[in-house]
Amino acid sequence: MKREVPLLISMVAGIFVLIGFFVPHPAIKTTYDDIQQWVIIVVAFTYVLGVANVLRINWTQVSRKEADWPFKIALIGGMLATIAIGFSEGSHYLDDGSKFTWIYNTFYSSMSATMFSLLAFFIASAAFRAFRVRTMEAFLLAVAAFILMLGRVPIGNVIHPALPEVADWLMEIPQNAAKRGILMGAALGVMATGFRIILGIEKTYGADGGGS
Amino acid sequence: MIAWLARLRHLDRRWIFLAVAVLVVVPLVVGFHIAPVRPSLRSRGFYDAIERLPEGSTVLLAGDYDPGTIAENYPMHLAAARHLMSRNMKIVAVELYPGGPPLADRVFRIAGGEYGKKEGIDYVNLGFKSGNEVVMSQMGSSIPRTFPTDRRGVPVVQLPAMKGIENFQQIALLVSVSAGYPGTKEWVQQVVSRYHVPMVAGVTAVSAPEYYPYLQAGQLQGLLGGMAGAAEYEVLVKHPGIATRSMDAQSLAHVFIAFLILLGNLAALPQRQAGKK
Repeated sequence: MKREVPLLISMVAGIFVLIGFFVPHPAIKTTYDDIQQWVIIVVAFTYVLGVANVLRINWTQVSRKEADWPFKIALIGGMLATIAIGFSEGSHYLDDGSKFTWIYNTFYSSMSATMFSLLAFFIASAAFRAFRVRTMEAFLLAVAAFILMLGRVPIGNVIHPALPEVADWLMEIPQNAAKRGILMGAALGVMATGFRIILGIEKTYGADGGGS
Repeated sequence: MIAWLARLRHLDRRWIFLAVAVLVVVPLVVGFHIAPVRPSLRSRGFYDAIERLPEGSTVLLAGDYDPGTIAENYPMHLAAARHLMSRNMKIVAVELYPGGPPLADRVFRIAGGEYGKKEGIDYVNLGFKSGNEVVMSQMGSSIPRTFPTDRRGVPVVQLPAMKGIENFQQIALLVSVSAGYPGTKEWVQQVVSRYHVPMVAGVTAVSAPEYYPYLQAGQLQGLLGGMAGAAEYEVLVKHPGIATRSMDAQSLAHVFIAFLILLGNLAALPQRQAGKK
């Protein structure tokens, strides 16, 4: 039963959602809408599960004093403090000047932007150390990279007026053709996987977690 | 020369980091001007799609990003809000990233203040809802059922901005500002292809190539790619902001990275020649 019941639920829900996507008849639409509402509610619960999981894993590592355990204390402390402050401010937690907003602007926003900004430094370093033109393919890649990097910013027009046009051609013709092919291939793969799940052939999400 | 190139291979990468920092920070602080920003056809498509709408239309503004991509997405989000408000559009905002709603609030606070627009009357921020594509699909059935309250907990039935809005039939244009998943691609798949709502998108530079097929197919009417796209749009709306000011920094950083690729390959030449011998 541990295997059959989830398979049956997936099959029924999958078929219903598939039909509901194409058939707007009220008899189907009502159930289709209900199923979607359930999904939204179930997904919301996974956030609670996520918080519990972060706590469990990190607390275990702290209690065992595993590598970098002081950082995990900062993570747990930060998370619990943010949750507690958010709850303590009630419905005013979003107001300008609230402590929750201050935490968002001062810590979360700054640190997230910093992490992303670091990419500029690593890309520059990687460009110097790793981008080696050893084959014809690598040469073509390097030429395309040069044209796109320079053609996509205002300075490209100063270097040569044709650079932005060549960059646009590269993006709209060769790049687009390749991307379209990848998209179509991926879409076919998604469709095949969807059918495998609906028909119960794909069982990796099941109780035993074993693939077919 | 050969010896110098060989030594170059062992260049401490902290010098590269320092050079990048100088090339980015100096133009931002000094604010010199290398070259004018010229709007591309993609950015013009974004601008024209909003210009074509009759004044007072309702626009769905999806801010699906968080502070990680604030440098690229925030300027285009702010410029879009300014453009919509300058044309007296009614804005219904949603965010499918948990970290997105405060950024949308900030955008509306700034743009709303400039154009004298009031929350709940001229615009509404419905906030975050978990569920990704399911939320988009469910909005096609009923927006008030999917978002019974706005971000501040006010029932949407009490909001003048939401009066008469039931689903995508009342939405004249979908503006997606997106950092990835869930975002522009999912809005195209769930809303444009199904409900035929016109759509434009502003995305990160790294993800922009992914959306060219949708642009070419006409499913997107305009596309802003990264900070350069945001700068082009700022020029079009005649409100130069942070993206336009950052173009010199980005230009110099791109030139430097291109130079580093060249230099790195030159530095590797002696080793390659020695290997051949």
